[in-house]
Amino acid sequence: MNGAQAVLESLKKEGVDVVFGYPGGAVLTLYDAVYKMKFPHILTRHEQGAIHAADGYARATGKVGVVFATSGPGATNLITGIATACTDSVPLVCITGQVANPYIGKDSFQEADIFGITTPITKHNYLVKDVKELPRVLKEAFFIANTGRKGPVVIDVAKDVFDAKIDYEYPETVNLRGYSGVYDGNDKEIAAAVEAVQKAERPLIFAGGGIVSSNTAAEVQKLAKKLGVPVTSTLLGLGTVPADTEGFLGFAGMHGSYAANMAIQKCDLLLCIGMRFSDRVTGRVDGFAPKAKIIHFELDRAEINKNVTADLKVLGDLRWTLPRFNKKLSATKEKFAEKFKGWKDEVIKMHEEHPFSYVENGDVIKPGALIKRISELSDKDTIAVTDVGQHQMWAAQFFDVYKPRHFLTSGGQGTMGYGLPAAMGAKVGAPDSKVVLFTGDGSIMMNCQEFATIADNDIDVKVVIVHNCILGMVGQWQRLFYNHHYSQSELKGKTDFVKLAEAMGLKGYRLTKKEELDTVLPKIMAEQGPALIDVLIPEEEDVLPMVPGGKRLDQMVLGGSKK
Amino acid sequence: MKKYLLAVLVDNKPGVLTHVSGLISRRAFNIESISAGYTEEPEVTRINIVVSVESKNELDQVVTQLGKLIDVIKIVNLSEVDSIERELVMIKVRADKSNRAELIDIVNIFRANIVDVSQENVVIELTGQQSKIDGIIEVLSEYEIIEIARTGSIALSRGPVPVKQM
Repeated sequence: MNGAQAVLESLKKEGVDVVFGYPGGAVLTLYDAVYKMKFPHILTRHEQGAIHAADGYARATGKVGVVFATSGPGATNLITGIATACTDSVPLVCITGQVANPYIGKDSFQEADIFGITTPITKHNYLVKDVKELPRVLKEAFFIANTGRKGPVVIDVAKDVFDAKIDYEYPETVNLRGYSGVYDGNDKEIAAAVEAVQKAERPLIFAGGGIVSSNTAAEVQKLAKKLGVPVTSTLLGLGTVPADTEGFLGFAGMHGSYAANMAIQKCDLLLCIGMRFSDRVTGRVDGFAPKAKIIHFELDRAEINKNVTADLKVLGDLRWTLPRFNKKLSATKEKFAEKFKGWKDEVIKMHEEHPFSYVENGDVIKPGALIKRISELSDKDTIAVTDVGQHQMWAAQFFDVYKPRHFLTSGGQGTMGYGLPAAMGAKVGAPDSKVVLFTGDGSIMMNCQEFATIADNDIDVKVVIVHNCILGMVGQWQRLFYNHHYSQSELKGKTDFVKLAEAMGLKGYRLTKKEELDTVLPKIMAEQGPALIDVLIPEEEDVLPMVPGGKRLDQMVLGGSKK
Repeated sequence: MKKYLLAVLVDNKPGVLTHVSGLISRRAFNIESISAGYTEEPEVTRINIVVSVESKNELDQVVTQLGKLIDVIKIVNLSEVDSIERELVMIKVRADKSNRAELIDIVNIFRANIVDVSQENVVIELTGQQSKIDGIIEVLSEYEIIEIARTGSIALSRGPVPVKQM
């Protein structure tokens, strides 16, 4: 067996059922093994498409996404995707080719120091120069990527390692002295958290993406029901409680709901679960949740007190801490739901008075109306994927998410161009779910070459372009904070997205009038196969409500959110 | 700003220093000195890092972020336990017949050593706490210091317990 076959054998042992990638000189032996072993592989049109697809696959399935790329420019094309996965803690294994051992360090053709370049944006990385190391490194890489706080691992393999002969044996276990991947909690901390709940009068649950990664949404739902308190989430936490849960306020933060942000400012106990207090969620840190005792349930010790100081920490894997916390709360026999009812009702009333909303305006299609309509046309198993910008926030506001792993978005990095390939990866991973992508006319152009991949592989993704002929979020900030100077944000709209779709081999539709949301849209959404829906919306449309940068959450600008 | 000396035990694998130094720079931590060397176990390298931080929180961040690195086996804050801290310095000073005797006096007072002599210079070697090294450099600044090489601090705890068992 050669090194390339050893890589694929290892992937099989790790249960990998598909790889996304792009061939090139340094990985030709690997691709020859793919050919011979008929290993399932999706050829994207760009390495960036491959890694975002693997990311979408990983987020939708909870499995490790796998990417192949060649050396040098092939591997550097993965960088944005690696950083995206790293910030959002998505498990990926990226296998990149490196020039052959004798050429390393000589500025050889297509040589780039991928180990050095990816060090700051990976959970861990390797440069494999000896074929004997391959099985161990692969075993470790999958273990590291998918345990603890998940993240991307890069394995850069010298070209001649793929060709070298190996007596293949895949290790059963990993042996890493400084990393166990197991993070049990501590009963004392849980007891302190229970005591804090007993003393609280206005508790609020703040659900983060860690709940999604650890598959503990059921425990959080149990907790919410047991306590009978309102729940808000981060952007990545959407879906951890179903959208129709009584007392669910939508997501919080810069464009989050009024009630969620006000509840954070008013509560006296904030149960923060698996989140990292991004500046987008906290607003001005020194005015964040000023009345609250903050309890931080978190796996990653380094997240405690990094951005916001927690009064209590509950360290450990949520799979360990949440069931124990729930059990201990039940053992108290206290009637929490009764005790907190007044507070919950107050918050629900606030949410009813200030829901996410928009003002209708004649016959034009309002983005809120568009996304709401698609949400209505979707079943509860539909996976919504977004690109980055205004449409992303509208999707987060108006698309009802019912399950974890059903709202996929580049939260931490805000990576434009993420959406189309991620949606494709999600559909490959979850073929029985409908997949809808919300994107903008700015974002879609960043990886629109993947329309060809979707068409060639008949990957059924409905691509909704919220088309306003401007880089919407950039334009919104320029409108609000730069005196309407639309510096380099206006798109002239000469690109015909319907023709682009048709040219790339999928169906294209265009919606321009409000009534078409009822007459045409349902038919398109019900069709089989990939389609692009170009929806023209007004140019000057703000995402509201909004917490301006550097302001506290209770200094929200409401605008469109009024009834 | 307060200084702390951290003993970081890491896997002796290629790329470990890249991981450690890369983390330090990207997290914007303030590092005073860093030195690495072999230990009693061939597969373990010990990195000694002196950090200067504004607060206890910042120190916690340095330790917990470093602790996330897969190659890092153990981190101990030796400033919090009773420990002996040392730094090595070599100082090349311009010296001729007229002032060599004076320099030898200074070297003796500091219990330093002259490890090289030429007609134009001496090289002085001193091991000690940072303050002692700062002291000799200050005294020698009256002469012409040609060059200084310092290692940065390393430390061992007192008593029989090694860092790996702390």
